[in-house]
Amino acid sequence: MIQRIGQTNGFDEAALVAQAQTGGVEAFTQLVNRYEGNIYRLARHITQSPEDAEDVLQETFLKAYEHLRDFQGNSKFYTWLVRIAVNQALMKLRKRKTDASVSLDDPYDTGEENLVREIAVWEPNPEQTYSREEIRAILVKAVDSLPPTFRAVFALRDIEELSTEETAAALNLSVPAVKSRLLRARLRLREKLTRYFQRKGDDFFGYM
Amino acid sequence: MVTCKDFLSELSEYLDGSVEAGLRQELERHLSECPNCWVVCDTTKKTIQIYRGVDPYQMPAGVHDRLIAALQKRTRPL
Repeated sequence: MIQRIGQTNGFDEAALVAQAQTGGVEAFTQLVNRYEGNIYRLARHITQSPEDAEDVLQETFLKAYEHLRDFQGNSKFYTWLVRIAVNQALMKLRKRKTDASVSLDDPYDTGEENLVREIAVWEPNPEQTYSREEIRAILVKAVDSLPPTFRAVFALRDIEELSTEETAAALNLSVPAVKSRLLRARLRLREKLTRYFQRKGDDFFGYM
Repeated sequence: MVTCKDFLSELSEYLDGSVEAGLRQELERHLSECPNCWVVCDTTKKTIQIYRGVDPYQMPAGVHDRLIAALQKRTRPL
């Protein structure tokens, strides 16, 4: 299971950040241990590459360490880290694309998009049809098919479980833009997964 | 009267539990009458659940050690 940021278990983030800000290396290492998995996963979602994700992870924590004194505590430390990671990940994408066209503001909402095509109930338990590795591969393939802005919103809202407002702040988007991208990301993923997980021999199809 | 299009535009908020009670009732009435929307709603919920349950991007072995090494190099002593 994914570690939830909300699970504190005696982890006093504010105290660790304060210690780290006064040069507490051990405290910073504890923050690294706590959040590295989340930052890596987020970077993988956005960059789609293990090498780039590892670079983003390192750059994020190096930048965070260098700029630790600039962190004012107005947001959660994790949200601050996420902002750094998102910027680093987008820079990777821009470097990869010579046209520098990657932006979270890309107008994907045409309003006329056909959001639902496949309507079929799923197998009650896809684990019985597919191995864990096969399911992982299916999930990765589906996420990879989304535009970067959708991947980032989906990863922050549904995987890291940030609020809509926190996601908007981390991505420098408006709240309505986050909501609209989240709906489209969820429906597109649903569409992709339905092709694999729909109940076999089912004639329950319909169109909206 | 909630149409399928209305339902779809509220689906995310409905799944997040962030629609107010009156609208929620109307959406649920539509769900009980429209098998297509019920399937879309159910499979969207399952989509989110499966991503949360099966982490497709676990950090591979070695990444942690290389991160700590990179930090140590920059910040000695770490």
